[in-house]
Amino acid sequence: MRLEAIDAPSTPTTLLYPVGAVLVTFVVASGLVMMAGASPLAVFVLVARGAAGSQFALLETLTRATPLIFTGLAVAVAFRARLWNIGAEAQLYAGAVVTVVLGTGALPLPAPLLLPLIAVSAMLAGALLLLGPALLKTRFGVDEVVTTLLLNFVMILFVSMLLEGVLKDPTGLGWPQSQRVIAEARLPRIIEGKRLHWGFIVAIVSAFIIWVVMKKTALGTEMRAVGHNAEAARFAGIPVGTVIVKTALLSGGLAALAGFSEVSGLKGNLTLDLSPGFGYSGIVVAMLALLNPVGVVFSALFVAAIFVGADAMSRSAQVPSYIADVMVATALLTMVVAVMLTRYRIRRR
Amino acid sequence: MRLTGITKRFAGLVANDDISFALGQGEIVALLGENGAGKTTLMNILFGHYVADAGYVEAFGKILPPGDPKAALDAGIGMVHQHFTLADNLTVLDNIVLGTRRLFSPRLDRASARKKIAAIASDFGLAVDPGRPVGTLAVGERQRVEIVKALYRDARVLILDEPTAVLTPGEAAALFSTLRAMAARGLSVIFISHKLNEVMAASDRVVVLRGGRVVGERRTAETSREDLAHLMVGREVPPPRLGEAMRGGARLRLDGVTTDDSHGTPLDHVSLELRSGEITGVAGVSGNGQGSLAALLSGLIAPVSGTLSLGDAPVRRWSPRAALGAGIGRIPEDRHTVGAIGDMSVAENAVLERLRDRRFSRAGFLRADAIRDHAAGLIEGYQVKCPSPEARIRLLSGGNMQKLILGRALDGDPSVILASQPTRGLDVGAVAYVQQQLLAARARGAAILLISEDLDEIFALSDRICVMFRGRMSEPFDRASKTPAAIGAMMAGQGFETEQAA
Repeated sequence: MRLEAIDAPSTPTTLLYPVGAVLVTFVVASGLVMMAGASPLAVFVLVARGAAGSQFALLETLTRATPLIFTGLAVAVAFRARLWNIGAEAQLYAGAVVTVVLGTGALPLPAPLLLPLIAVSAMLAGALLLLGPALLKTRFGVDEVVTTLLLNFVMILFVSMLLEGVLKDPTGLGWPQSQRVIAEARLPRIIEGKRLHWGFIVAIVSAFIIWVVMKKTALGTEMRAVGHNAEAARFAGIPVGTVIVKTALLSGGLAALAGFSEVSGLKGNLTLDLSPGFGYSGIVVAMLALLNPVGVVFSALFVAAIFVGADAMSRSAQVPSYIADVMVATALLTMVVAVMLTRYRIRRR
Repeated sequence: MRLTGITKRFAGLVANDDISFALGQGEIVALLGENGAGKTTLMNILFGHYVADAGYVEAFGKILPPGDPKAALDAGIGMVHQHFTLADNLTVLDNIVLGTRRLFSPRLDRASARKKIAAIASDFGLAVDPGRPVGTLAVGERQRVEIVKALYRDARVLILDEPTAVLTPGEAAALFSTLRAMAARGLSVIFISHKLNEVMAASDRVVVLRGGRVVGERRTAETSREDLAHLMVGREVPPPRLGEAMRGGARLRLDGVTTDDSHGTPLDHVSLELRSGEITGVAGVSGNGQGSLAALLSGLIAPVSGTLSLGDAPVRRWSPRAALGAGIGRIPEDRHTVGAIGDMSVAENAVLERLRDRRFSRAGFLRADAIRDHAAGLIEGYQVKCPSPEARIRLLSGGNMQKLILGRALDGDPSVILASQPTRGLDVGAVAYVQQQLLAARARGAAILLISEDLDEIFALSDRICVMFRGRMSEPFDRASKTPAAIGAMMAGQGFETEQAA
């Protein structure tokens, strides 16, 4: 068996393989569902219904997709410039910490002033958190996969320290949680009484802005140039180190917005389980979207739908909701293979 | 050995179209063709790297199974690739033996291997030292190791892909006498080349490929350079004509410049002056500091000591952007990995050096129309054949990619031009075009530094010539003042020892 590069993949194959990838995902999941003793068709219907079968389900999916869009964008931007930011989780928490610090009454401002101020400060915190690994990479060649990954653990322990210490809610009955942010620091709900909040709109707008940046600006072109071929970019006079640092600031800021939006829009306070791995899922979201900012919105919706749907399904069918993890992971693997197949053909002998 | 009806297609492109020819025992056949004529594809099919869509290869009366390099090896076919396949950290002996033993065989039996290598070496005049690590060998020696490796496996047909691309003229002559010795002992040789003079010098028979087809087959004794060139190109190509030099003042000067070794052999106290309206040719075997010289002029590295001056002022901060700002047009040696970004479009590559210019972006936003117009202008002005400015540049042939890079470098009438191997690997038509454009830039008063391993090119284009050896640079001399043989001797180090003593 060997691989031969295809110079110009035809349009049908570029569409067909991703569809095939989704089908394979369902086949694999079906096998597991049958092992759990349930009917695959019934389970998938339940998943679909749980994800989009009612207004509640649909809004829940959109709510869950919101942080995934931010972290997905953060990863997509960074990966495009070959900055392997595995630390979106830490940057998310950095944004959340800033939101809590500024949003619990420290700044007595009206909401139209306070919310943008907190959002920008959160972005700064996330950006600064990724600045260190980016500078280590450009100055000393330190591998950012290692530094950003390890910062996740540093950050979660730091947050734990804060929640047991200075940020601990005195009225929290001893639970490690922060005070709730004041009303002026809350992102309003889109529909009164439902959980979906304005963070979702901000996420969609962010995706569009990032798309414009990548497609229409000199910076975006420089980022892609550095990502595709740093050597050629440097030769062409593009300041590779500066571009990587700018990318890091943008990526870290986006991930931090996820933390801001979760605290300010949804939870209202900071806890250690604010993010069930949104930073890591952001990698999956970005890869499924092939690093396309608009694609990130759709892949985030897909991943959120599977998680939300599987949660609902596991309550009625006797299938553990871990099936969602398996499906997302399988979708990622098959998508990677599908992308490879659009660029290479396999020859036997 | 015989090839019959070999056809190979790649995504709509026919690389080989019904190719048939035979190779007799003790014969040296040259496979001549422009780049993109399908030579390398054919050799890869022969050796089993690719599977042909139609046709078959016969060796010693038996048909080879397609796509099986091991069967080709077993049938006695040996291949020496253009880019060597040797492990630098192993010794010559281990490299040669590598892959000939079974994986779990407990004994390597180096003694008998050494004996066999010695026999091959003396039979064919291929002197190699089996104990040395390959990493310490010069390029010519590595090639010898590759050949010995093939012979060690009892190859009776040897295929060489562009064997002289990396050799000095002297080394190339030695190689050809080795090939003669091998042919005299009944081995058959196929070598691939696009250089007419070496084909004329070394082969018994020439098979000419053009556009994937065999367009002619000649006995070397009964043909001429002109005839072969005509077959290969399909049209006459006039040699470039060097007009009267219009010398002006110095545009760029190096005074005792030493560099670091991040781009190969570092420069060692190099002094050089590039003057307006003049082409300075730098000859030398690759890896003697040309990479550092090109990197220096490109702005990729700054002098560690010594000064680089533009006009009269020595430069302080030096970067690719500074070089561009100073009006240096740069044509890099490696167009695929340095000159262009394969996965970006032709248009994006065309403006890559000037993204932040007012012309192409305003307040950080790209001016898409201006970029497209500029790219279309380069495509038109420099005869780049491409489907559209939006096409990914990796889809372009080497010649067309180089024309675009040339256009990018010459855009805005640079005062200094660095042309590093500007025609390497290009077909005859593209070579002539690139050379003409360089001469036109010279006529407009640019100071041009031409780095080339092709001595013919250096002679054809340069007003003055320098030779590089181990990071040092000879005094420049007028091109008429020395013969190619004298320069070949300098490329091998003659005249440089005394300098060091003094």
